[in-house]
Amino acid sequence: MTAFAKIACAGAVASFAGATWAEELEVTHWWTSGGEAAAVAEFAKAFDATGNKWVDGAIAGSGSTARPIMISRITGGDPMAATQFNHGRQAEELVEAGLMRPITEVAEAEGWANIVATPGLLDSCTLDGELYCVPVNIHSWQWLWLSNKAFEEAGVPVPTTWDEFVAAGPALEAAGKVPMALGKQPWQAMGAFKVLVLNLGGPELYTKVFGDKDTDAAAGPEMAAVWKAADDMRKLAVGSNVQEWNQATSMVINGQAGGQIMGDWAQGEFQVAGQVAGTDYTCLPGLGAQTYLSTAGDAIYFPLLRDEGKSAAQLELASVLFSPEAQLAFNTKKGSLPVRNDLDLSTANDCMRKGLEILAEGNIVPDTDQLISPDTNTQLQDLMIQFISDMNMTPDAAQARFVEIIGDAD
Amino acid sequence: MSDRPSRLFHNLNAKIASIPMALTAMVVFLGGSIWTVVYSFTNSKLLPRAKWAGLDQYERLWGTERWLISIENLAIYGVLSLIFSLVIGFVLAALMDQKIRFEDTFRTIFLYPFALSFIVTGLVWQWLLNPEFGIQSVIRDLGFESFNFDPLYNADIAIYGILIAGLWQGTGLVMCLMLAGLRGIDEDIWKASRIDGIPMWKTYLLVVIPMMRPVFITTLVIITAGIVKLYDLVVAQTGGGPGIATEVPAKYVYDMMFQAQNLGQGFAASTMMLISVIIIIIPWAYLEFGGKRRG
Repeated sequence: MTAFAKIACAGAVASFAGATWAEELEVTHWWTSGGEAAAVAEFAKAFDATGNKWVDGAIAGSGSTARPIMISRITGGDPMAATQFNHGRQAEELVEAGLMRPITEVAEAEGWANIVATPGLLDSCTLDGELYCVPVNIHSWQWLWLSNKAFEEAGVPVPTTWDEFVAAGPALEAAGKVPMALGKQPWQAMGAFKVLVLNLGGPELYTKVFGDKDTDAAAGPEMAAVWKAADDMRKLAVGSNVQEWNQATSMVINGQAGGQIMGDWAQGEFQVAGQVAGTDYTCLPGLGAQTYLSTAGDAIYFPLLRDEGKSAAQLELASVLFSPEAQLAFNTKKGSLPVRNDLDLSTANDCMRKGLEILAEGNIVPDTDQLISPDTNTQLQDLMIQFISDMNMTPDAAQARFVEIIGDAD
Repeated sequence: MSDRPSRLFHNLNAKIASIPMALTAMVVFLGGSIWTVVYSFTNSKLLPRAKWAGLDQYERLWGTERWLISIENLAIYGVLSLIFSLVIGFVLAALMDQKIRFEDTFRTIFLYPFALSFIVTGLVWQWLLNPEFGIQSVIRDLGFESFNFDPLYNADIAIYGILIAGLWQGTGLVMCLMLAGLRGIDEDIWKASRIDGIPMWKTYLLVVIPMMRPVFITTLVIITAGIVKLYDLVVAQTGGGPGIATEVPAKYVYDMMFQAQNLGQGFAASTMMLISVIIIIIPWAYLEFGGKRRG
């Protein structure tokens, strides 16, 4: 008994003395598709190399399934050591309630502000001058993925704009293809819609509607044109009966579907399937019309922990996540853009380069996750999924409801 | 007389033993419900906050099409599942009661689906009703090319696709309860009705069913409880789709509280569910228990 107590005390002293004491940190996330899992393994490898241990807490079934579990663990007093959220307003209240810990000291010591790809990334992690999350990648929704095989079989050239894509619809249908793959989950319908708003309606309309919640703009003729495009979209997506986004992507990969509007994370799936950008598939950032991207992304937040050893290890983890090696390895596997501007991206493929160019030109807007609350987002998702699957709902009726939701938005 | 223990200490052990359960009921069930109702009048978002918002949450709730569709779906599902599971369950039980051979085997087969969770049931029926590899494709392969059966992909009838799965899962249990009730009917009743020359269906309808009143009430409570909490079947089978055609109130509550990070709205919706349950239960409890005390 006394011998055991002595060992235990010695252990406690060692960890208080700040000696490198291997800590196990549980990290929860929803990176579970093939490409995503390969990417997150890179983070785990990098963190394990510091002598600590990454305990993987993957939660299957997209963010809308995973977030409730994470939030209830944090608010219920059983916090993990680190967790994924999309940076923006999802974790806003958790931070305000003091359930998250700041990591400002690491960011200042390593000078993140000078090397971050766009300053907006750190801004959306900041509250009252303290930094609460590490952005780990830049994701953008505005990508149209096209299957070269499907267009070849349909006998039409691969489109270079949204209008050409819509025009190619009948030819694809005649060849027995589904023109556009669209998973039946609400967030996917909403995602595709906001791409139409930004890239067909333009960045000004996008900022007015989602940023300023301007009901006049939401009711205006420019927005009506976007709803008309959404009407085209739902007609193209008839026959797409899959649920998950990666099932929809695999319809594009094996040539069953002509294309899919999905964020750049779809790129990871093409890579896992061994496809080459340009020859097997084509990507159109910004739908080929207005090449603007919204910078959303994933960030890792650190819940406040009582255990001092673990708290120290959280800072180590933050540093690892932002390190150049981990950033490069993670983002190459995931198909997203790294958050640092000092990386050698010679290994990046065709599509990633196109994205980097747009980023370098500064053609970027904040993502809707940063602009509207999850509450408004859920209402918009409900509207979109209803519009997509109920052909009796006219674009005008949908727009009227859209104006109402934007008017009530906080 | 003076050393007779007071009523308070009568059967003391039993009273002490029931304190934990009584406390749980008071604090968790009653306390939790009251707390939920109170906070439904606030504008709580992710975390509960006592910032009063009056009836705003309720106004928004009743102005939301998804909630109205949820209520309508629950009504359709509830009424039909109540009728069909009672009728089918009773008919199956009556057939079983005819002293047939292999009764045990049939009983096991009919009860088996009940051993599956709603999630598994939902997935199985999602596959069966999938037009590309389910019932529709099997029948088309048999040569009936124009056969069309895809309820889960047609917004107008999707809720019936869920009803089919619900009935498949729940009818076996109703049958077993009914069978137990039928076995409890005295053999002499049957003999008497046979002597009087009453046809069998009439005996069932006019004599046996009224005698089985307690069994029917138990069954009713079990089925109704299952209807109100309908959630996992929908999530597994359709996820609320196509569109919002198969949304149900319990799913609205969950999505509002945890996905939309709008606790106030979720609380308002769950308060409405609580009220509707109370409206059904109070008159029934009054008739069932209140009457007896007087009589």
